Amino acid sequence: MTATPMIAADDVARYFDVSKPLIQRIVAREGKRTLRAVDGISFEIPKGTTLSLVGESGCGKSTVARLMVGLYPTTRGRVMFDGQDLSQARADSKQRSRMQMIFQDPYASLNPRWRVVDIVAEPIRAFGLIEDKQAILTRVGELLTQVGLSPLDGQKYPHEFSGGQRQRISIARALSSSPEFLVCDEPTSALDVSVQAQILNLMKELQSRLGLTYLFISHNLAVVRQVSDRIGVMYLGKLVELSPAESLFQKPRHPYTRALMEAIPDLEMTGRQRIPVGGEVPSPISPPSGCTFHPRCPLANARCKAEVPVMKPAGDAMVACHAVEEGRATA
Amino acid sequence: MSLLQVKNLRVEFPTRRGTLVALDDVSFDIAPGEVLGVVGESGAGKSMTGAAIIGLLEPPGRIAKGEILLEGRRIDNLPYEQMRRIRGREIGAIFQDPLTTLNPLYTIGRQLVETMTTHLPITPAEAREKAIGWLELVGIPAARERIDSYPHEFSGGMRQRVVIALALCAEPKLIVADEPTTALDVSIQAQVIAMLKTLAREKGTAMMLVTHDMGVIAETADRVAVMYAGRIAEIGPVREVVRQARHPYSQGLMGSIPPLDRRVERLQQIDGAMPRLTAIPKGCAYNPRCPKVFSRCAVERPELMDAGTTRAACWLYAEGQS
Amino acid sequence: MKAFFDSDLWWSFTRSPVTVISAIVAFICIAGAVLAPVLAPHNPFDLASLQLMDAFKPPAWSSEGDATYPLGTDDQGRDMLSAIMYGARVSLLVGFAAVIFSTLVGVTVGLLAGYLGGKVDALLMRIADIQLTFPSILVALLIDGVVRAVLPRETHSEVALFVVIFAIGISNWPQFARTVRGSTLVERNKEYVQAARVIGLSPLRIMRSHVLPNVMSPVLVIATLNLGFAILAEATLSFLGVGVPPTQPSLGTLIRIGNDFLFSGEWWITIFPGVALIVMVLSVNLLGDWLRDALNPRLR
Repeated sequence: MTATPMIAADDVARYFDVSKPLIQRIVAREGKRTLRAVDGISFEIPKGTTLSLVGESGCGKSTVARLMVGLYPTTRGRVMFDGQDLSQARADSKQRSRMQMIFQDPYASLNPRWRVVDIVAEPIRAFGLIEDKQAILTRVGELLTQVGLSPLDGQKYPHEFSGGQRQRISIARALSSSPEFLVCDEPTSALDVSVQAQILNLMKELQSRLGLTYLFISHNLAVVRQVSDRIGVMYLGKLVELSPAESLFQKPRHPYTRALMEAIPDLEMTGRQRIPVGGEVPSPISPPSGCTFHPRCPLANARCKAEVPVMKPAGDAMVACHAVEEGRATA
Repeated sequence: MSLLQVKNLRVEFPTRRGTLVALDDVSFDIAPGEVLGVVGESGAGKSMTGAAIIGLLEPPGRIAKGEILLEGRRIDNLPYEQMRRIRGREIGAIFQDPLTTLNPLYTIGRQLVETMTTHLPITPAEAREKAIGWLELVGIPAARERIDSYPHEFSGGMRQRVVIALALCAEPKLIVADEPTTALDVSIQAQVIAMLKTLAREKGTAMMLVTHDMGVIAETADRVAVMYAGRIAEIGPVREVVRQARHPYSQGLMGSIPPLDRRVERLQQIDGAMPRLTAIPKGCAYNPRCPKVFSRCAVERPELMDAGTTRAACWLYAEGQS
Repeated sequence: MKAFFDSDLWWSFTRSPVTVISAIVAFICIAGAVLAPVLAPHNPFDLASLQLMDAFKPPAWSSEGDATYPLGTDDQGRDMLSAIMYGARVSLLVGFAAVIFSTLVGVTVGLLAGYLGGKVDALLMRIADIQLTFPSILVALLIDGVVRAVLPRETHSEVALFVVIFAIGISNWPQFARTVRGSTLVERNKEYVQAARVIGLSPLRIMRSHVLPNVMSPVLVIATLNLGFAILAEATLSFLGVGVPPTQPSLGTLIRIGNDFLFSGEWWITIFPGVALIVMVLSVNLLGDWLRDALNPRLR
């Protein structure tokens, strides 16, 4: 890849201090406790493409989303935004206006006391993109039309809209600074399935029309398949597999990826008996030794318990698994 | 005979801007040992149907019309105390959030034992042994050691298993499960569904499974009711509804589920949104969004009618009617 | 305006007769106090009009009463009704000003502590905790005493009113700060605040335009309930003789003066200001209670 990627993460980590207050720590004779929400992940997103991150709750995917727009500083590692260090890019309002974020909960992502027109215009005003009041109104009208709402909706308040319409307003707001890079944190998981289809179609349409680059966070593999060019599977703060989308579905390599796919209820009613993966996601405060998936992995052996696997090429994918590396995983 | 019969159920919410009709003319049966799935989008009335059956409608909601019969006996007009006894003994309830069902102040063992001794003719010691059995059955490892733990000492998935054990331990004939797996992660979800399915089959318990997840229904239910704007749009065998829905809304709902096995350029979508209860359209509630709408739909409200192997509330199937 | 009469708040107001009555009573009290110079039958501060002969007149309905003094007169021959109206004026002025003061301090501290978190939060909230361990009337007394000791007598009576306002206001900010901090912690994690952070708005701007409007409902409730408290606190201070200067008697001052005559039979000098105080505080508190219930989405 010769072109500069939109975003490049290099060994990015983010720890949170989840210690009890000092006095309680002294009384209980406990040390500090650190939650390794994201623990050293690397990826690139070429311009105009979509990378999706999937995983179960607590795997750190939403933290990655926030790290990529600078809502959290990194504990370790480096994020490059279009070739420039992210923290430097964040200091420059011109660069900052090129990245935006769409959130999960359409009921919490819009300020309930603002009119829609002010919500959508907020980035325009913050970046001083348009000064003339009438021109701002015209632009907001265009944006609302672009996401399938009416310019007249601008005078209403968020509570007058349904969940799907609110998510459209969020998208209009994110688009108002003409960004190139959009981080979408579970943008459809709070929506009903028929509305989810509307929003996914809209996002795909906007991507091809405006040439957007997406980082798409989701727990739903079927949704991810519809929108992604490449997919990263996360488990306990680490990437376990990073693969072109089609390849991941045709040939899932990591045992956890396979387990995730097994877990999805079968709508086709082939009568296939699913074997659900046992156990639960361990606490990221005290993750298991070696490969963190080993207590639930059917292929785990002594090496998996002791040695942390690193991402290595496997076909057209990157996989962090001893079993895959040793060729034990060809089931 | 049906275990549960719901006949022309109508639930109203009196508000200051007039009476909202949250459920209207909802009728269905559940046979012993049968799993009925109830699907629909948020606000369609699926959870409210469950709440009405277990007698836990949130005030000011009230049953304005219709009957609910359990083994031929009316239960919708029972006084609170009698209904409480039926809930637990004859109908078990599982909710989305396990924390609202479990009392955080008591150990799970105590809650299980109390439920059993209240409803079954057994001694506390027997009940405790049985409780351990139930915990093992729902897949709690080291049940004998963990029976004296408090709810907060369990993870979300384990807690939901405890709730299921609690709902099942008095051996009710019917379980009303409202989004039992929605709060859980996919891998845990699969475990819980598999367990529910096995238990229902082994114990012959009937179940009303309310969820928005078509995949869960497809795997678990025998029959499915699709709800829209407080009414049943279609009801029939799960295979028929999933593969070959008759009602245009069920078709749209099924079509908009993103497929896992292939990538499509554009997902099928239903334009617009479900109407609010304050503004349900005249005629068929779905008519403004329906691709197959014709003149009759906007005027007359369709009842459920035979549509091949399912029953659908849609005028498209009116020819076969007398 | 139409939107207001259509709102849930107005609806729940009209559905609660107690609240409607409280609102009417509170309105009469406030109007009577504010318009005292226009409405009061006499000017109790106009020394020229005072007639010592009229002192200790009982209320108009008793046998020795005088129709010109409906609620009787005090030891100086002042009309009690007028004195109460003027007194309520002072009481309300102090009450409102003190509540506004503690709201400003409390909301600012709460916003900063909740939004910035960390050391700022720890420091500000510990200060609030420490202050909360003292009864607020004690804090007010202490401040009043210190000011009294520091300032010369003449200067003190000039600023006495402001001292009382400051003392009562400062004694009550922690309640506002705690509530606002709690709501701020909730709001700052909401996605609309994060969206504002993504575009790089300054914390101050986010606090002002996003967080503040969304934490104001509970503040409104506490402020209303606190108005009652502040009026009572002022009355207590004045009753103890450390509140407003005697040249501007408040209801508390009137009660204290009247208290001296209670056992000699001139009960009306202390009872009527007391009743006025109770009615005023009760109506305000009932309004506050209703507002709390009406704005609490969980009870609706």
